[in-house]
Amino acid sequence: MLSESFANAVISFLATDIRTATPILLAAIGLIFMGRSGIVNIGAEGKMLIGALAGVAGSYYLNSAWLGMLVAMLCGGLVGLLFAYLVVTLKASQVVIGAAINILGLGLTTTFARVIFGVNLAPPQIDTFKPMIIPVLSNIPILGHAIFKQMPVVYIGLLLVPLTYIVLYKTPIGLKIRAVGEHPKAADTLGVNVFNIRYGTIIFGSMLIGAAGAFLSLGLLSFFTEDMVAGRGFIALAAVIFGKWNPLGVLGATLIFGAGDALHFRLQAGGNTIPYQFFLMIPYILTVLALAGLVGRVNPPAASGKPYVKE
Amino acid sequence: MNENLKQNSINFLIKSYKNAIIPIVSIILSLLISGIIIYMLGISPSLAFNSLLQGALGSKNAIAETLVKAIPLIFTGLCFALAFRCGLINIGAEGQLYMGAFFAVVSGIYLQGVHMLIHLPVTLIAGFVGGGLWGLLAGWLKVRFGANEIITTVMFNYVAIYWVSYLVSGPLKEPPGSFPHTASVALTAQLPRILEGTRLHLGITIALLAILFYYIFLWRTSRGYEVRVVGQNPHAASYAGMKPEVNIILIMFIAGGMGGLAGSNELLGIQKRLIESLSPGYGFDGIAVALLGMNTPIGILFGALLFGMLRSGGNMMQMAAGVPVAIIYVVQALVIIFVVAGQMISPDNRKKARKYFGLK
Repeated sequence: MLSESFANAVISFLATDIRTATPILLAAIGLIFMGRSGIVNIGAEGKMLIGALAGVAGSYYLNSAWLGMLVAMLCGGLVGLLFAYLVVTLKASQVVIGAAINILGLGLTTTFARVIFGVNLAPPQIDTFKPMIIPVLSNIPILGHAIFKQMPVVYIGLLLVPLTYIVLYKTPIGLKIRAVGEHPKAADTLGVNVFNIRYGTIIFGSMLIGAAGAFLSLGLLSFFTEDMVAGRGFIALAAVIFGKWNPLGVLGATLIFGAGDALHFRLQAGGNTIPYQFFLMIPYILTVLALAGLVGRVNPPAASGKPYVKE
Repeated sequence: MNENLKQNSINFLIKSYKNAIIPIVSIILSLLISGIIIYMLGISPSLAFNSLLQGALGSKNAIAETLVKAIPLIFTGLCFALAFRCGLINIGAEGQLYMGAFFAVVSGIYLQGVHMLIHLPVTLIAGFVGGGLWGLLAGWLKVRFGANEIITTVMFNYVAIYWVSYLVSGPLKEPPGSFPHTASVALTAQLPRILEGTRLHLGITIALLAILFYYIFLWRTSRGYEVRVVGQNPHAASYAGMKPEVNIILIMFIAGGMGGLAGSNELLGIQKRLIESLSPGYGFDGIAVALLGMNTPIGILFGALLFGMLRSGGNMMQMAAGVPVAIIYVVQALVIIFVVAGQMISPDNRKKARKYFGLK
């Protein structure tokens, strides 16, 4: 029989894990769509930062966390549009532009954050996300308490997993996206507009990444601080690769990566002496191991990273 | 013979001129857009840019600071460019920088009682090896498992940064342990100042030598030639009997080593001890520097100088005009975007643009 406190510890751990994994999950889903259509996006970090600031600013001026989230998605979409133009129309290197967007995101957000909020120490009051308890389901032992007492955005993130799976594998548009990522030339001859599909996945994916950033600032950390994304954009990319571009695999990956974070807080509280830096390294080392074949073949979509040249 | 030399020189000048157009236009456009942002912030752009120039070039100290900031950028620029020449995209300069600094600090602190003529070169070599091994690891993973170097090098950045963070808060922390940094490196391992009253140190000479090495290795040795062929056409290379695997691993070692030198020079010349924030993003800046310089020796030098100017001028801009220093990152990012976009515009459109502006 499980003791009361052990059960509570497990619940609290799972709840924290799901909560901290959510921004990474949202960003990762955005990256799945982009990745499946053949786009390698290392600029998620910058987009998340922009989303984080846009969300906070939106919530501040419009007095609503949800509206702030909307602003963040809009900004994410705009950055996505820029990225798409450079990478799909101008056929520039996706990696280089991605790196540029990270730098741009850091520069723009730090600059505008100073200007909008000043360099005060006390953050102003803004509307943030609050947990929403789902009636019946939250009474399921252990899992119910962990899963169904989260903020609404968490539920959206979890729902997106099966939705993404269905869209990608069971709908015509999903088929087109995957075709464009594997063999754009064949898709093109069959009448699929490669450019439109890629623009679509990039903009949609970037909106999700912006939303991920907004959840970070409005739901998890309750304000914007410079460089607050702290590598989560890259962890999202790692999760997509580790999960082999499959929504279910990616959910698993984000929960594992989030577990490292959640675990080290628990251990630290219990006086454990493993330095926290090693927990932080876990997602990155796991991803490298995945690329070295630890989880079987990791095959990115065949046309990843290559611009499509229409002949 | 004289005619030939004259023709070659003219061709070189024309090529340099053409190569320089895109970067120069990109810089102008980026500064323009940044100027607009500054204006939107309610600050006078002319005041801002004036302070920027003051801070970058306005005094002996300013110029020295610009050079100081350019040193690591030369190394990280070479780091990216070397790998690029072999067809690899190495985003790992930041991590290679930290690993190089780690090796250098160990050599600098724990080798006692050695004369500077030995200690300093040994420490620098240690730094090169540290970064080199980190790069080699990614190269090996690519060759052995087909692991995409873009991803592995990015991942290794974070591993290296966290590793250093662990070291300076733990095993290498300087007693009595109030601050997360190592002890100072021995005096015999520190890079000496070469300009009175400034922070400019010997690293600038090493950086210039590194550029020279880049040129000689890639364009004047047979191994360098092989590397470039593998980079441009791996199939043709292996058909001709060259082994891409060997070249990839070698170049990732050398490129990583350059990154390691970036960390070592910053450590031995400026910081004198290992700290968590040794690099404010020099690794990623290196990518921009290499791109701006079109991966050429002279280009990388100018790119590093320009970004050095931006970094050292940026502080003055914040103090005197109130513009957040972070605007520098915006300028950098815009430069990258414009350079890459400019390279992608087709020659036809370029001709049209030239006609529009009344040039030939």
